[in-house]
Amino acid sequence: MLSDQDRIFTNLYGILDPGLAGARARGDWDGTASILARGREAIIEEMKASGLRGRGGAGFPTGMKWSFMPKTVGDRPHYLVVNADESEPGTCKDRDILRHDPHKLVEGCLIASFAMGANACYVYMRGEFANEAVAFQKAIDEAYDAGLIGRNACGSGFDFDLYLHRGAGAYICGEETALLESLEGKKGMPRLKPPFPAAVGLYGCPTTVNNVESIAVAPTILRRGAAWFSALGRPKNAGTKLFCISGHVNKPCNVEEELGIPLRELLEKYAGGVRGGWDNLLAVIPGGASVPVLPKSICDTVLMDFDSLREVRSGLGTAAVIVMDKSTDIIKAIARLSAFYKHESCGQCTPCREGTGWMMRVMNRMVQGRAEPDEIDTLEQVTRQVEGHTICALGDAAAWPIQGLIRHFRPVMEERIAAYKAGRTMPMAAE
Amino acid sequence: MTDHSDQPSHFAFDATSEAEIATILAKYPSGKQASGVIPLLYVVQKQMGRLTGSAWVPRVAMDVVAETLGMAPIRVYEVATFYLMFNTAPIGKFHLQVCTTTPCWLRGSDEVVAACRKVTGIKGWKETSEDGLFTMTEVECLGACVNAPLIQVNDDNYEDLDFDSTVALLESLRRGEIPPRGPVNGRQTSAPEGGPTTLTTLNFAKTE
Repeated sequence: MLSDQDRIFTNLYGILDPGLAGARARGDWDGTASILARGREAIIEEMKASGLRGRGGAGFPTGMKWSFMPKTVGDRPHYLVVNADESEPGTCKDRDILRHDPHKLVEGCLIASFAMGANACYVYMRGEFANEAVAFQKAIDEAYDAGLIGRNACGSGFDFDLYLHRGAGAYICGEETALLESLEGKKGMPRLKPPFPAAVGLYGCPTTVNNVESIAVAPTILRRGAAWFSALGRPKNAGTKLFCISGHVNKPCNVEEELGIPLRELLEKYAGGVRGGWDNLLAVIPGGASVPVLPKSICDTVLMDFDSLREVRSGLGTAAVIVMDKSTDIIKAIARLSAFYKHESCGQCTPCREGTGWMMRVMNRMVQGRAEPDEIDTLEQVTRQVEGHTICALGDAAAWPIQGLIRHFRPVMEERIAAYKAGRTMPMAAE
Repeated sequence: MTDHSDQPSHFAFDATSEAEIATILAKYPSGKQASGVIPLLYVVQKQMGRLTGSAWVPRVAMDVVAETLGMAPIRVYEVATFYLMFNTAPIGKFHLQVCTTTPCWLRGSDEVVAACRKVTGIKGWKETSEDGLFTMTEVECLGACVNAPLIQVNDDNYEDLDFDSTVALLESLRRGEIPPRGPVNGRQTSAPEGGPTTLTTLNFAKTE
């Protein structure tokens, strides 16, 4: 079990002062100038050595991402854009950073921007986080007033501006190129890649987009060292992670733990266990709505990290753990996600725009059982035709939950269909 | 933009809004003021709430935003209708944004919806109660899932709801009392009920 001394987010629950004085007391902004004095290359090398993988869902190595930015600043400025558009169903970790530990993010923005030669950083925050925006803006203002950011940030000679930009209710803007479009004042419709943002990003300039948690852990990693961070977790799945445990547990909560913690231990130690006991567990979605659901038999032993969950054909995603006990109508739970993706498709690519609506309508019939058994195969085939055939990953995200359902709960779907048929064809005379 | 009878014939930013706009536009490089479109639509919506009690974005205000930012009006209409949080028709004083996505549904959002309907008398979505106080909107995940189910009322989350606490919340709103935001059951934000089980061994100097 992770000790409190190795936890990064020491004000996760907002019990202590989120302001600058409180943040300093917890070790933030300690020796920031000397971190910057190490230079761009050294910071990026340390981040690479730490093994930190992006905390927004895809798990791409953060240090490597930073190294993709041009080494010198040409005639186009560099930008860091922080993705605070936290909208993946089940996920509410960045919210706690923004409202309770905002200085970790402000300091991380400075250091990461410095390491990439960016004199400006935009934090794109989902519009619904209205109060979180107020809390984070307060931290920005405090940092400016204290000379920690702005001209000659921390006395380093580096000029750095940090801006908060709010979205307005569109899940798709969590996709990095849609986010950039939105930040430029357009509808959030993803761009084709390549060119990648590191070459052509915000306003056509070299840009890196990182998740809130990835940036917010960077100062602590650089202070305590790559070796400290990489010793936590499992090989290739280093460090600590914020987990969001929701659904049918006795005590839903957010908690920071090591990557690789067994799912069962995570739920029982921190979330009061599954409602009605472990044997009452039906299934878990381990990483936010987009990743395939896992039945209890896998949940018994699976570890919570990128590679372990990939091995069981699911994913860590955002580490949003959605727990479902045996009272759950699993078909309806997944059908509601299909409705979510239908609602949030931006409409740009035909397979996603048409496919999400089609999948939702078929899923709604599956909830009733109003279908033919071979339509399960048709549904599966359609998910394969959406997956991988769109500009961004929303199409994939809409396909995967249904694929997971069919893979693990096909008998439930078949039973539902049989029950509906039995009900419909039964003689009505008895009534 | 369906009911044209509600559309005012004129819109102008007031002094409060003008000051906000100056702060907003300073964030973006010169020539990139189109980035200000979402922030300015918020300014419109807030001003409408402040002046008329109904926070929405009339068509004529989109034209004013377009003029302010040097954009074609259609580009502003596109944005105003793409993003869910801009109300393109008048709404009630309290905007009940009810999350029904799977994590909330697992924790009983059906009960929360039922309680909202019972208190407000609203039958469908995007409808306003007869007294003009409440508008109900079904929203997708609000990003507070460990405190499910929840409603966002205007800008404030009310979390860990059930049928009875939702009824109580709406009844106090109707009386003009705004309860403190956050979990309604006294829970410490996203910590497990009963109090944190981590971060209990650390001692930091008290500030504040």
